[in-house]
Amino acid sequence: MNIVNFSLQEQAILLFAALILFTSFALLAQQRMLASIHVFAWQGALVAGATGLIALVSGQHHLYFSAALTLLLKAMFLPWMLHRLVNRLGIQHHVETVVRPALVLLGAAALVVFSYYVALPIEKLSLLSTRNTIAVSMAVVLIGMLMMVARRQAVSQVIGFMSMENGLFFAAVVSTHGMPMVVELGIAFDVLVAAVLFGIFFLQIRESIESLDVDRLNRLSETEQGQLAEQVQAEQMNE
Amino acid sequence: MNALYLTLLLPLSGAIVLALIRSPVVAGWVNIGVCVGTFLASLSMALTVLHDGPFLTENGMFYIDAFNVYLVVLTGFVGITTAIFSRPYMRYVLNEGWVQKKRMRLYHAMYQGFLVTMLLALTTNNLGILWVAVEGATLATVLLVSLYRTPESVEAAWKYFILCGVGIAQALFGTVLVYFAAEHVLHSPEIGLHWTELHHVASQLDPTVMSIAFVFLLVGYGTKVGLVPLHNWLPDAHSEGPTPMSAVLSGLLLNVALYAVVRCKMLVDPALADPSWSSPQLAGNLMMGFGMLSFLVAGLFLYRQRDIKRMFSYSSIEHMGLMTFAFGIGGPLATFGALLHMTVHSLTKSAIFIAVGHATHIAGTQVIEKIRGLIKTQPMVGWGLLIGTAAIAGFPPFGVFMSEFLLLSATMQSWPWLTLVLVSGLAIAFAGLFRNIHPMVYGAVPEGQLPVQANMLPVAVHLLIVLWLGISIPSFLANWFDQATLLITGSHFL
Repeated sequence: MNIVNFSLQEQAILLFAALILFTSFALLAQQRMLASIHVFAWQGALVAGATGLIALVSGQHHLYFSAALTLLLKAMFLPWMLHRLVNRLGIQHHVETVVRPALVLLGAAALVVFSYYVALPIEKLSLLSTRNTIAVSMAVVLIGMLMMVARRQAVSQVIGFMSMENGLFFAAVVSTHGMPMVVELGIAFDVLVAAVLFGIFFLQIRESIESLDVDRLNRLSETEQGQLAEQVQAEQMNE
Repeated sequence: MNALYLTLLLPLSGAIVLALIRSPVVAGWVNIGVCVGTFLASLSMALTVLHDGPFLTENGMFYIDAFNVYLVVLTGFVGITTAIFSRPYMRYVLNEGWVQKKRMRLYHAMYQGFLVTMLLALTTNNLGILWVAVEGATLATVLLVSLYRTPESVEAAWKYFILCGVGIAQALFGTVLVYFAAEHVLHSPEIGLHWTELHHVASQLDPTVMSIAFVFLLVGYGTKVGLVPLHNWLPDAHSEGPTPMSAVLSGLLLNVALYAVVRCKMLVDPALADPSWSSPQLAGNLMMGFGMLSFLVAGLFLYRQRDIKRMFSYSSIEHMGLMTFAFGIGGPLATFGALLHMTVHSLTKSAIFIAVGHATHIAGTQVIEKIRGLIKTQPMVGWGLLIGTAAIAGFPPFGVFMSEFLLLSATMQSWPWLTLVLVSGLAIAFAGLFRNIHPMVYGAVPEGQLPVQANMLPVAVHLLIVLWLGISIPSFLANWFDQATLLITGSHFL
């Protein structure tokens, strides 16, 4: 592929895609709580920007609405809510230790390669730029997933989850100029409800294990350890 | 068509009203009332479909055919019986002080909210809305899993939320890819996710994109079906939540997720039949593989369970695996068997969970080793549990035997050597269930064990229907399944 053959707008969209992918990597490596919330807000803003640009180029008016919705929801409301929650829980200066950061980042790079490999056959169908953006959005989704696996802190897991949503939304916008309006509203509603529920859960988890380290949520499992914990608890209850 | 809107709006308004009713006693009755209304509406819709054939609403948003209408009726029915069970059950829970009064409002409102999402997922014609509804079902139930606020229940709910959230996100990516493929064939973007339109042009959709899409869709909705290795949330959510939730999760949610997978398969199969594509059976083979794996792994896991609700949730995974496998084989015989199995499993498993709910209240624990002598303490509960387990394990006169027999015959026809694996898997599961059930229902009664107030009517009704389906399937129902089979496979079974 030759980048010079692309029109200016395609190049701009590719630039957005690259920046979004970059924020994904930044989220994965960022250990400080507030900083990762800010990076997440930037990712939302970039997705909204890309949507706005596509709306401008394609002349699809409903995309302006999607862009505004994304900006409000992903770049403003969610980060604001997370901010408020971490303040309330008193963990705004929390620094999380990421286990084997180099390995995790290499894993993320491998996921990008894998996404390109999967998107390769789609080439026949569409413009080259679409293939790139599909690969990038798939990578953002997969890196979000990796983040949820690699991080042991509930807030980071939520950020990973929401960045997956960003990837999905970006995929829908760049490959198909956005889903139909009803669906988009439905998805936004689900994300909003999910965000509120996450907030409730932070408090519940905090109440039950006095920390937000989800590694300590280990009572239920099929391993001996989990069953041991169950036993200890049953004995305590008997007393 | 009015019946359709009534089916959706009744539980929706029920959810809002129930959120406002303060008295748990009144709310319990209202909950039952709303469910009865929903069921009657769904029944009248089903009769219309039976008479006039499938219909599409004018705006193209809802599509009702033989396949989804029977699931709608089933959802309505299990909704009523579980609501009847939940009334005394939750009152007991409230009296014991496990939940506070205000959380009972949440419980009842979300019970109806869950039914709305299930019915919406079944009736919608739009793949995007289907996704929204299935995700909505997670959101409605997740707070119910942590209703008791014990550390275990919070952990279970968190796992449920995160795992299903991640899983279902894959399904959305798959949906985007389907839309992407459709864009090149259908020119109006508004209808690009309408299942009926996509089904018309399915053979022209690009096979490469559709195959990638199907993998994402299967992983996504498969998480909700509880397919191994994505099943981790299921036993936790079932065991830690209130028992009526376990009954509807097993009886309804898993079915709806499988329904979504099958609907997607119906789009992917014609697309992959394209002569330029090398593996036309990809969708079916993937489903067979995942299904078989779930079936075997869950059967083996039955042996190490010490919690009665966990044990039965593994049994649910096992049966969902079997159905996924059967839909994967395709062909009229396997599909007919799978449709029947969906019905009988849903009825039997919710009956079992109702009996289990009462049993755990009698024994005061969910630990299998401590539940003993149920038949002596309260014969109805003991027998209900025993007969339910016999039915789910596939004992002859019951419907599960019938459907498993059909599935075995179908396997014999197309993949003879897999029959051996299936039969041994069924035997393993059978033994795994009975070695635990036997001491629980017979066994010596622990001192001071007293009966509880229980309403076993739902169990009796469910098991009688399952028995009836095992002995003779009424002709209208057989006809119904046959029409659904025709839709899915393109040929009649009967």
